[in-house]
Amino acid sequence: MPVDRLESLLRDAFPDADELRVEDRTGGGDHFQVTVESPRFDGLPLLEQHRLVNNALAEPLRDGTIHELRIKTKGTM
Amino acid sequence: MSEISARIKDVIENEPVALFMKGTPQFVMCGNSGRALEALRAAGAPVTAVDVLPDPSIRQELSEVSGWPTIPQLFVKGELVGGADITQELAETGELQKILEEKLGPDYGNGAAERVVDVVSATRA
Repeated sequence: MPVDRLESLLRDAFPDADELRVEDRTGGGDHFQVTVESPRFDGLPLLEQHRLVNNALAEPLRDGTIHELRIKTKGTM
Repeated sequence: MSEISARIKDVIENEPVALFMKGTPQFVMCGNSGRALEALRAAGAPVTAVDVLPDPSIRQELSEVSGWPTIPQLFVKGELVGGADITQELAETGELQKILEEKLGPDYGNGAAERVVDVVSATRA
């Protein structure tokens, strides 16, 4: 899966993101590091922050397109 | 409910610290599972590990039970803490020790050991 496809899924889920980065860790299109900074994370426990990211990427996670996902979330406060 | 699903729930509910991972603590088969395990070791936690690799239905049923899509998954006293990134981040900030202390008591690390539960055949090693 190309990086920009992941980016667009995340952009749809976090239209107000201050930072949104997707890195293909191995170049193989299935090991990704995503970084999202959004006011939506403010006040949310880490578990719920990561859940929002997982939800945004539910489809490629379910069908196995994403083999490994690393997540870094940040609030804005 | 399938037998595997019942055994998964049993592990989650009854083990102080349950880590569903790819491989075992002795033979880690995935970097993310390794990171979660190392974070738990650094916190001195007892670990009951379940290898999800022997049967694809383990992973499927686990995600249905937990609502979490990826492996590894860490549970402390029946409650989902998170995956590798969360576990690592919590360990780095000292938050993981706090969670373990709150849920398991200040002596959680006493005699901490690692063991493996097989949810397919229900044997414990």
